[in-house]
Amino acid sequence: MAEQTKISVTDVTLRDGMHAVRHQFSVEDVKEIASALDQMGVSHIEATHGDGLGGSSLQYGLGKETEEDFLKAACSVIKNAKPTALLLPGIGTVDDMKRAAEYGIKAIRVATHCTEADISEQHIGEARKMGLETVGFLMMSHMVSPDILVEEAKKMASYGAQTVYIVDSAGAMMMEQVRERISALVGALDSSVEVGFHAHNNLGLSIANSLAAVEEGATRIDCSLAGLGAGAGNTPLEVFAAVTEKRGIRTGLDLYKAMDAADDIVRPKMHRPIQVDRLSLTMGYAGVYSSFLLHAFRAAEMFKVDPRDVLVELGKRKVVGGQEDMIVDVAVELEQKQQALQK
Amino acid sequence: MSKLKAAILGSGNIGTDLMFKLLRSEWIEPAWMIGIDPASDGLKRAREHGLATFDQGLKAALEEISPDIVFDATSAKAHIRHAKLLKEKGIQAVDLTPAARGPLVIAAVNLDEHIDALNVNMVTCGGQATVPMVYAVSRVTDVSYAEIVATISSQSAGPGTRQNIDEFTVTTARALELIGGAKQGKAIIILNPAEPPILMRDTIYCRIEKTDEETREKIDRSIREMVKHVQTYVPGYRLNRDPIFQDDVVSISIEVEGLGDYLPVYAGNLDIMTAAAVKVGEEMAKKRMSTVK
Repeated sequence: MAEQTKISVTDVTLRDGMHAVRHQFSVEDVKEIASALDQMGVSHIEATHGDGLGGSSLQYGLGKETEEDFLKAACSVIKNAKPTALLLPGIGTVDDMKRAAEYGIKAIRVATHCTEADISEQHIGEARKMGLETVGFLMMSHMVSPDILVEEAKKMASYGAQTVYIVDSAGAMMMEQVRERISALVGALDSSVEVGFHAHNNLGLSIANSLAAVEEGATRIDCSLAGLGAGAGNTPLEVFAAVTEKRGIRTGLDLYKAMDAADDIVRPKMHRPIQVDRLSLTMGYAGVYSSFLLHAFRAAEMFKVDPRDVLVELGKRKVVGGQEDMIVDVAVELEQKQQALQK
Repeated sequence: MSKLKAAILGSGNIGTDLMFKLLRSEWIEPAWMIGIDPASDGLKRAREHGLATFDQGLKAALEEISPDIVFDATSAKAHIRHAKLLKEKGIQAVDLTPAARGPLVIAAVNLDEHIDALNVNMVTCGGQATVPMVYAVSRVTDVSYAEIVATISSQSAGPGTRQNIDEFTVTTARALELIGGAKQGKAIIILNPAEPPILMRDTIYCRIEKTDEETREKIDRSIREMVKHVQTYVPGYRLNRDPIFQDDVVSISIEVEGLGDYLPVYAGNLDIMTAAAVKVGEEMAKKRMSTVK
């Protein structure tokens, strides 16, 4: 390698990580984590309810803080990185985005299921008009072929997205799948459009997949401290800092600061360890949206069924991100089946 | 007995499905279909079923015909123009677009209040499906917050919905409050691309004031009565499971299967719109015919 590859890292501890703490981070937590992140070289710090703007709900879990308090807390301490929010059209609205911009957000990531990019036209267009840096986010990208992803990514770029992400929401992709998807996008999109990758560690491949993405030309990678995120978590920032340094990939990350923040700040705040256990592994195996983890756990407890059966059934039904209500419905059905068998 | 003579505006999927439903009506005769594309399948179907058709839009058609009632199945933008033209002529309009020029009407709940209005708006498919459930709860005990999640198949979400998905969530939330009776409303919409396409599915959460056993039983009964009432005009409207009460929240899960008149059965979200519009039109017709006598 004559010239070192240079990429930038978006941290999602305060957004995807919210799933792992049931959206219960306080204003103090946000300030502490965001301040630390701002000192370690990440380019963007995403902070929102796990399901994005407007995500605080009975369906996804109510946030501890209001969106206003949460975002203002994050923006107040971020000096170096870009404060970023996530928005899922159908959940959040353009008005939510305008309020977020007033609170200090500088970049917006507009996320849709990987085949539904055209519902993002309104939000991406408005975001650009407002002068926000705008990213398109194709969730559950393991479900469709690289060709379809290229079509959908082109739509987002045509609406004004400056970066498009391949998002492995279910942590179900293997390295080859990442490679073919990233290289397809890099080859097909205008060179002015950056390509990014967002991993989940449900099959234990978040680091390997993120590296594969960089090798195929992705220049934006999502990480979180100690991997805090839905399912088995995201690509752990401190581990990614170490392996990229060893591979000669320039990220600008400060390894020791990342390690310290992961161990000293984030791990003590965890509700349960972020790990590949039988549930998160089942998600990767069955291809289920990682945010379902704690919901499935709760529903299974309530209806006395094996949460793995619930997840596998959800995978079979090709349920997409946002359909958390299906978890209870499937658990009820399984309970009824179980009772019928016992009779 | 004579019927009200109706014109259907828009020869797309919704307008055409609406025609098939009106052809069965005892109160309304679909006499005309007005489109802008002479080659559209909708206009062809309309001619096959004996309707006179126009392909130059509403203004041109109104020079030749004077319908008793008009169903607008075009777009919000077009309806703003149409509403003006129809108002000038004093023609009653049932608006299936999200334009919301007239009062919002949920067929199962507040139809009587606006039966004489010159222009009524049919809210959204999610509204027609979920507001009756919120109302069924709020007529038993106060609902401080109602939240609905509508999941529809990608195949049944047209370009209009996709280009302005905020309109769906905002208008539906407003109807949860105004008509459903919730103090605060929130709506979420999810598109699912699975093949074969899924039926429309809605989850309705209500935060309730009273949570004692007796109130819960009353709510349960009220929900089931409302489901039966909606079934009188949308036969494929049903509960997926029993309502679940947990702390101060009741969660209701429903599914809407369409009749498959012109739209496929999975498009229950579109079917509930056309069925509700027919219901509203028929009640208007009954009222008008009884006062004419």
